[in-house]
Amino acid sequence: MNYRWNWSILLQEPYWEWLWSGVQWTLAISLVSWVLALTIGLGVGIARSLPARGARLVAGIYIDVFRNIPPLVQLFLWFFVLPEIVPESIGLWLKRDLPYPEFVTAVVAIGLFAGSRVAEQVRAGIEAVGNPLLPAALATGLHPVQAFRLVVLPLGLRAIVGPLTSEFLITIKLSSLSLTIGVLELTAQSRHVENYTFQGLEAFTFATVGYLVIGLCVTGLMRFIDDRIGGSALRKAAT
Amino acid sequence: MNDFDWGVIARSWSFLAEGMALSALLVLVATVGGLVLGFGLALMRLSTHRFIAAPAAAYVTVMRSLPLVLVLFWFYFLIPLAIGRPIGSLMSALIAFVMFEAAFYCEIIRAGIANVRKGQAEAGLATGLRRGQVMRHIVMPQALRAMMPLVLNQIVIVFQDTSLVYVVALHDFLTTASIVASRDGRPTEMYTLVAVVYLIICLSATKAVEFYRKGRTT
Repeated sequence: MNYRWNWSILLQEPYWEWLWSGVQWTLAISLVSWVLALTIGLGVGIARSLPARGARLVAGIYIDVFRNIPPLVQLFLWFFVLPEIVPESIGLWLKRDLPYPEFVTAVVAIGLFAGSRVAEQVRAGIEAVGNPLLPAALATGLHPVQAFRLVVLPLGLRAIVGPLTSEFLITIKLSSLSLTIGVLELTAQSRHVENYTFQGLEAFTFATVGYLVIGLCVTGLMRFIDDRIGGSALRKAAT
Repeated sequence: MNDFDWGVIARSWSFLAEGMALSALLVLVATVGGLVLGFGLALMRLSTHRFIAAPAAAYVTVMRSLPLVLVLFWFYFLIPLAIGRPIGSLMSALIAFVMFEAAFYCEIIRAGIANVRKGQAEAGLATGLRRGQVMRHIVMPQALRAMMPLVLNQIVIVFQDTSLVYVVALHDFLTTASIVASRDGRPTEMYTLVAVVYLIICLSATKAVEFYRKGRTT
């Protein structure tokens, strides 16, 4: 294997700028779609745990549909198909006037997919940790809605901070899919540098280390939160 | 939403079927190769020697933190460099899939083995069985039963993952559909078809696994 190593390529212009902007896009997509995923996951996960049959059914269909279509296909649906099937004026707006169309589409697609996974965790947390406490909460005289809001939900959510860490990491990895619709995030930029310089080992190593560092930061942060709110103790108590 | 043309699907049917065949091949190779390699990694991780366990743990951690797209690019670039001649995107994608999915299968297998109660192996050893025999006759049968649903779920995930070979221009189901979509200017029909086909296959597989698991525990 003869390969001319040249690590300094990573610090040269414009390659350093490309890679650094790739890191920023990866972070931006991951964070915004994670916020979206948490919001949707919370809503759908709660709906899935309600006694109302209609709410449970709708939430169940959402989870089944979004979890069983590959995320890349979902991205293409939002990007290529949605502008064609909505009324013409909205389609034109999506194609012409939407700011950062690739970024927004990627965030929506990844957020909705990750949201269906988060919803499953929320439901599982409520079921495992929250529901066993429901009779006790009701026995103290709380109204069912109060019991859910003040006891079942907070404890259920605390218990799932650990599992949510892996969902966050999956969301970060999913952000790489956005390169297929033209977002120049970290993976795309490392590929870009490889195409221009043929120094693929250096470029891909940079991306690899980038994902590892981002992943470690997320794991550390989530563990800190988990420790502060006693989530792992709750998980242990439930099993 | 001007007139859907479903005829485009009928006309490109055999091309799409070839794409689905490639997707199936990827799933098959990734699963068989990933399980074999993953089993080896799991045994390494369970070893009491640090020099055996640590490299396997590092490999699994790194692989699981990387997006599959990056891993595909890595092998697409690395393998011709390592063996000195081009081998084509199919070969490099197959290798990338085996190496990537092995990390996930490793964790499933490791958890399955680690969750068999320790007393079981100890009792086996006490009856005079050798380590290999204990593994084969006592630990593995129980571990296999426990890990089966997770392995089946992982196969569904691998099937969804195969759509990513789009980035190295391999003609899997999604990529063939996207070729037809841009050739005939029919993205709506083609991507809807792709989504529905994936949904039907993955949803029925997921529900079957769920049914199988519930039937076994109650």
